Amino acid sequence: MKIIIVGCGKVGCTLVEQLSGENHDIVVIDEKEEKINPITDEFDAMGIVGNGVSYQVLKEAGIDLADLLIAVTGSDEQNLLCCVIAKKTGNCKTIARVRNPIYNKEIGFLRKELGLSMIINPELASAAEIARIFQFPSAVKIDTFSKGRIELLHFRVTSDCLLNNYGLIHIRSTLKCDVLVCMVTRGDEVLIPRGDFVFHEGDIVAIVAAPPKANDFFKKIGIDTGKVRTAMIVGGGTIAYYLAKRLTDVGISTKIIDSDPARCEELSELLPKATIICGDGTDERLLLQEGIASVEGFAALTGMDEENILLSLHAKKVSHAKTVTKINRITFNSVLTDMKLDTISYPRLTTADMIIKYARSMNASLNSNVENLYKLEDGRAEALEFSIKEPSAVTGIPLGKMHIRKNILICCINRGGQIIIPNGQDELHVGDSVIVVLTHSRLNDIKEILED
Amino acid sequence: MNFAIVRYIIGFLLQFEAGFLILPGIIGIPYGEAFDSITYFGVALLCFLIGKLLSRKRPSPFELYTREGFAVVALGWLILSMFGALPFVITGDIPSYIDALFETISGFTTTGASILSNVEALSHANLFWRSFTHWIGGMGVFVFIMAILPLMGGTTMNLMRAESPGPSVGKLAPRVKDTAKILYQIYIGITLAEMIVLCCCGMEFFDSITTTFGTVGTGGFGIRSDSIAGYSPLIQNIVTLFMILSGINYTAYFCLLSKQFKEAFSIDEVKWYLLIIFASVGIISWNIHGMYSTIGETVRHAFFQVGSIITTTGFATVDFNAWPELSKTILVLLMFIGACAGSTGGGIKVSRIIILFKAAHKELSTMIHPRLVKKTKMDGHVISHETLRSTNAFIAVYLIILFASVLLISVDNYDFTTNFTAVAATLNNIGPGLELVGPTQNFALFSPFSKCILMFDMLAGRLELFPMLIILLPSCWKKY
Repeated sequence: MKIIIVGCGKVGCTLVEQLSGENHDIVVIDEKEEKINPITDEFDAMGIVGNGVSYQVLKEAGIDLADLLIAVTGSDEQNLLCCVIAKKTGNCKTIARVRNPIYNKEIGFLRKELGLSMIINPELASAAEIARIFQFPSAVKIDTFSKGRIELLHFRVTSDCLLNNYGLIHIRSTLKCDVLVCMVTRGDEVLIPRGDFVFHEGDIVAIVAAPPKANDFFKKIGIDTGKVRTAMIVGGGTIAYYLAKRLTDVGISTKIIDSDPARCEELSELLPKATIICGDGTDERLLLQEGIASVEGFAALTGMDEENILLSLHAKKVSHAKTVTKINRITFNSVLTDMKLDTISYPRLTTADMIIKYARSMNASLNSNVENLYKLEDGRAEALEFSIKEPSAVTGIPLGKMHIRKNILICCINRGGQIIIPNGQDELHVGDSVIVVLTHSRLNDIKEILED
Repeated sequence: MNFAIVRYIIGFLLQFEAGFLILPGIIGIPYGEAFDSITYFGVALLCFLIGKLLSRKRPSPFELYTREGFAVVALGWLILSMFGALPFVITGDIPSYIDALFETISGFTTTGASILSNVEALSHANLFWRSFTHWIGGMGVFVFIMAILPLMGGTTMNLMRAESPGPSVGKLAPRVKDTAKILYQIYIGITLAEMIVLCCCGMEFFDSITTTFGTVGTGGFGIRSDSIAGYSPLIQNIVTLFMILSGINYTAYFCLLSKQFKEAFSIDEVKWYLLIIFASVGIISWNIHGMYSTIGETVRHAFFQVGSIITTTGFATVDFNAWPELSKTILVLLMFIGACAGSTGGGIKVSRIIILFKAAHKELSTMIHPRLVKKTKMDGHVISHETLRSTNAFIAVYLIILFASVLLISVDNYDFTTNFTAVAATLNNIGPGLELVGPTQNFALFSPFSKCILMFDMLAGRLELFPMLIILLPSCWKKY
């Protein structure tokens, strides 16, 4: 695909870094030459110095032939205008980053009227990610498909968990749980388990299940799930606002600590259900006083990465809370993993991830019947979404009777909005949309899941 | 320095050289030069095996930073020439290895300076290889590898930057591989065009191939002792045309191919390049009139020599050493100016000269208006401070190398004009100089030590100075 990226900030760089490895023609536009140069030096992309809103500059970048334009400059208005001009000049899809909460309420309207394919709000996306973790604290990570309707929950098998040394076949027969195990990550290997599979300690297991059934499953295998009931957020930025709003909406009692009195007043106006504390979040006594020892969810969202790391480490030490640490800038991944912080949220990666998911799906659907493509476990596995348009060898036969190739699993069926976790008796119908998980090379059509 | 990746890429380079070496071997067969053919096949096999051995294990981390890029290019060209020189020695046409290496480096760097007094005594295979090195070196062997192999993502830009001529290397397409491909497509297009035109004008097939390689690579090795003088005036004019075309910035051709005619004709550098050519031809024609019988002949010779020198090709149709001083001085000046950036030619490059003049003008303006704010522009874009700085640095280093080389080769005790033009002709990748290294002479007279200096100059000139200097810096080779 030909992709134009306007703006070479943190998100722009991450996008080039990830997309340049996937066989796309990438052109980056930025007004500052010193921002362009490091990118074109390091990655296979062409750089153009200029304002992305300018028609001339977009022309020079080859907007006529471009498939996708991504506007991620620092200014919302510039991003929107850039997308509108691109849309009028070329015939490409456009993605804009818009972060001002004022526009956020009108995002649907803006998207439709301006003809954009996607509007991304990084803070909102990060907040949604954190809220999801608080609602499912035992999961290591949650991937969502089909616009968030289907969730793939990853959790770690611990030594006191029932699944340790347990056969996969018994989950349905003995536990009577209606969940589907999609993938198991053991060491560096990603496996799609069959009936005779036996779990071991340390495996990261990914399951799909309808939410109440997932809770039931976690209870039966002895993993404590119960969603977080109380949450403490240190730092009252935009992410904190979105997060608190979501948490209070689902009935989680939420406390925000921020040191700026003006911001606190603003927050208390915006979030009537949350408790706003004006004080220094790094004050140990204040945290104790506000009950950090008994809190169940803790999010460190201040503007300083180092402070966030320390706060989370402290929270882990004095409580059993699920902690989330926001990191903006620091990139020492291996050190951070060693620190055993539960979940780390990188707003720029979250934004880039969403855009890349869109780009991949678009690329996947260009020459095949794949509707959407999701990379799982650092690209070692993929989930593909197909929609079944015509009767074929895969429709009308119970899944149990099909000869499906190795390392492929049909993990769920979306039949007119109703999500079905399939078992051997289910059949595929025309009109269904199907998600297939696989670990080897790509499929171009749903029929290719069958053995030759 | 990541030695593993240097080793790996040089391994690839040698395998490509093996491929190149097969061609002269094949050419030798119809001429009945069995020994030469076998020699070329043998050396090709040797290159292939060594290359395979070096590139056996893919290094990790597979990252090519600027210093590795520069080191790979500089070392790569040296090694390429060292192996390329072997056939000359083995076939016995050039018995001394230093001489053979000089001839090969002169070929790859598209200089065209020869140590041979009787070119016509060489076998066809050797003649072909000599000219073919021009063609390989003209656009650059790493650019060629990049066009074919998807070596590694964006960091290969560091290789291309080290190998391509010009102050700032731009991309024509978003991907390095596509850029390299476009460059080679244009290059091959011009090559085929000249070959066909020359054949149609009655040149022998073998002569047309070698002359074309010498022209489009802006090299200058002829296969006759009198260079191009023995061919018909029509052929001389065609060679003139193609020399001048090869000296034009390839961006102009790319714009033409992608139908951006306005952009193609508004490149400042190309305008100045053509202006300099026409002005020089005018002055020289006036200066040498009377030496030749007709005006047509006068202009033809003036055009040929000017085109040959400014594009740094180095072909000759007359002995310009016999021309009046004014004409000779103009030719020496043209040697330093050189061709356009982004072409196959050498020299300082027209764009650098333009930048220098503009910078000098700006400097003078700020003396008149000390608080003047003025941005210098080229092609409608502001010349960045970075480009200005690197141009100045280039000129400074260029002058240091030039004078140091003149000093070092003066040990041989030849006259100043000979020494100065010998260095100018090699550092600018031209070929012939004046006096004892004039178009009818050759470089055989120098001592082995001076030849080594001149070889360094040729490589430094072709690779834009810095890669050759970087590998001389001890800190470049430290692991940390």
